[in-house]
Amino acid sequence: MSETVPDASGPHARELNLKDSKSERLNSQNSIDLERERRLEEIRRAAERHGQLQVDGARAAGAPFPQANPENGYYQIPLLKEPSWTWEIPLYLFVGGAAGAAGVVGAIADYTGADRELVKHARWIAAAGSVLSPPLLIADLGRPERFLAMLRVFKPKSAMSVGVWTLLGFSTAAAATAFAAFLSDRYGPSLPLRVLENAGQAASLAFGLPFSNYTGVLIGATAIPVWNCNAAELPLHFGASGLGAAVGLMDLMGDRKSGALQALALGAAVFETWEGFSIERRSDPALDPLKHGTSGLITRTGGVLSGPVPLILRTMSLFGSKKRSSSLRRLAAASSVAGSLITRIAWINAGHVSARNYKLPLRIRN
Amino acid sequence: MSITGFLTDSTLCIGCKACEVACKEWNGVEADGYDWSGYSYDNTGAVGASTWRHVKFVEQTPVPGFGGNAGELASWTFSSDVCKHCENAGCLEACPTGSIVRTEFGGVYIQPDICNGCGYCVSSCPFGVVERNQKDGRAFKCTFCYDRQKVGLQPACAKACPTESIKFGELDQLRLRAQERLEELHSRGMEDATLYDPLDSSVGGTHAIFILRGDPRTFNLPPSPDVPTIYLKKSWTSSAIAGALLLGGTLLAFWAENKNGRRRNAR
Repeated sequence: MSETVPDASGPHARELNLKDSKSERLNSQNSIDLERERRLEEIRRAAERHGQLQVDGARAAGAPFPQANPENGYYQIPLLKEPSWTWEIPLYLFVGGAAGAAGVVGAIADYTGADRELVKHARWIAAAGSVLSPPLLIADLGRPERFLAMLRVFKPKSAMSVGVWTLLGFSTAAAATAFAAFLSDRYGPSLPLRVLENAGQAASLAFGLPFSNYTGVLIGATAIPVWNCNAAELPLHFGASGLGAAVGLMDLMGDRKSGALQALALGAAVFETWEGFSIERRSDPALDPLKHGTSGLITRTGGVLSGPVPLILRTMSLFGSKKRSSSLRRLAAASSVAGSLITRIAWINAGHVSARNYKLPLRIRN
Repeated sequence: MSITGFLTDSTLCIGCKACEVACKEWNGVEADGYDWSGYSYDNTGAVGASTWRHVKFVEQTPVPGFGGNAGELASWTFSSDVCKHCENAGCLEACPTGSIVRTEFGGVYIQPDICNGCGYCVSSCPFGVVERNQKDGRAFKCTFCYDRQKVGLQPACAKACPTESIKFGELDQLRLRAQERLEELHSRGMEDATLYDPLDSSVGGTHAIFILRGDPRTFNLPPSPDVPTIYLKKSWTSSAIAGALLLGGTLLAFWAENKNGRRRNAR
């Protein structure tokens, strides 16, 4: 072991300098903090009398840890537990939201006789989401082999129970629709296939409506302050985010001529822009994780990519040549898809930050 | 079966942690290690997956006569925390598997053979009690010693408490005893003694109630806890509006495009 030699730039030197500058300041002010001097005398007297210190010295002034009191709660230890969810959940929120909205768009597009390719693309997004969602949810479980335990009850008061059944319905329907359509394309149409396709599509529409936004209820109805103070906003927000992602994906798959998709994407971008402004405008301290620090940065990035960026790009794409319009739409679509994913990550992350706030659940004002 | 409860009287607690030890031994709960939180003699800081009883150590600046201390000593209050077994339990309502049930004694019990570790109860508990055990995967909390209560025994923590700071009995009786105890404490000059029992919150009262001195927030007890199901109505309303907007907007967008397209074709 080598002996540490204090050098001029070491921490000791800095401490000494600090003390020097402090005493200099004292001298320059030509005044002594009488109270602190008295305290030194008190410590000396107590040491002389008892041979040890029994005075109130257990917690030095400026001690690095907080006291337990009504302003600090219990040593500022957070009351709430952080969500135990892992990375699969924000990804599921994104995939499920886009799939649900695509299911609705695909069904309506088919009923109104829109372009066949567009309908096919929507169905494929819905089917891909319905295949990806269950594994993501199952992988997040602490006991994945017991995922079927979710299907032993239906509890209307549990948003997760309602969500699981909605997912089951949507997944079955969307996968069946895409499968039947694929078989008809390949081996020619037949009555059973047409029945399966139509029934699947109707069910995709029915389940897709709640499936595209129920995750807002899922996190809204919890004890996490930043989530539950947005319980009324989250489903609308997540619904718009899911629609933006679904339409964005369809644009990227080549449906850039559709005016209907353009209109839907503009609607979603307008809503997301408004949502961002509304969060920034409200001054509830529970919203801090959405505005400050790393979590705030992620939220704002997701918000800008989902709202203003696609809104501006799509507005620009309404004017000018077809080629320029198409490439602007592609950019806007990519921005919406990335924005939707980042928004979901941001909300789950903000939930973690919010759970670490000891003040909010104890109703301690700043 | 009668509804049972815990009355934890912090004015009698001596901070021995016998309740923590008894709970761990009876229920086979894993050790927390030998770490100190750094906050007084507290090990774990809060109840959790492996801490179903947790003794809080509250050190305060000296108040002469506070708790019978000599004037120059820091006053020290202990309080044994536990799952509150809420009347309207957030974890129970949230559980999607039906693993969390209300027992015949009024306690909230996680059936370990059904829990699949979805973690929704963790985010739904307004008291931060339930926690997922990362090694095991499932959620855990105080069982209210359901196994012991079923055969007429009192919970392990109450049995092991040497000062009867943890009282176990019928909830109605305990509420009466708590009032008597409060009157006694007040008459002895402890004017700041209060009962923590959030009856007027959406949680609707708890089956574990606490006698404390001073503000409950000092002990990390929320002044008005909320069961998360109160947010369901406005959240599902928002979901329905979002669904209607999606349906209406999509219909309108494709209908308008269709009309435009037909008009263009006609030309």
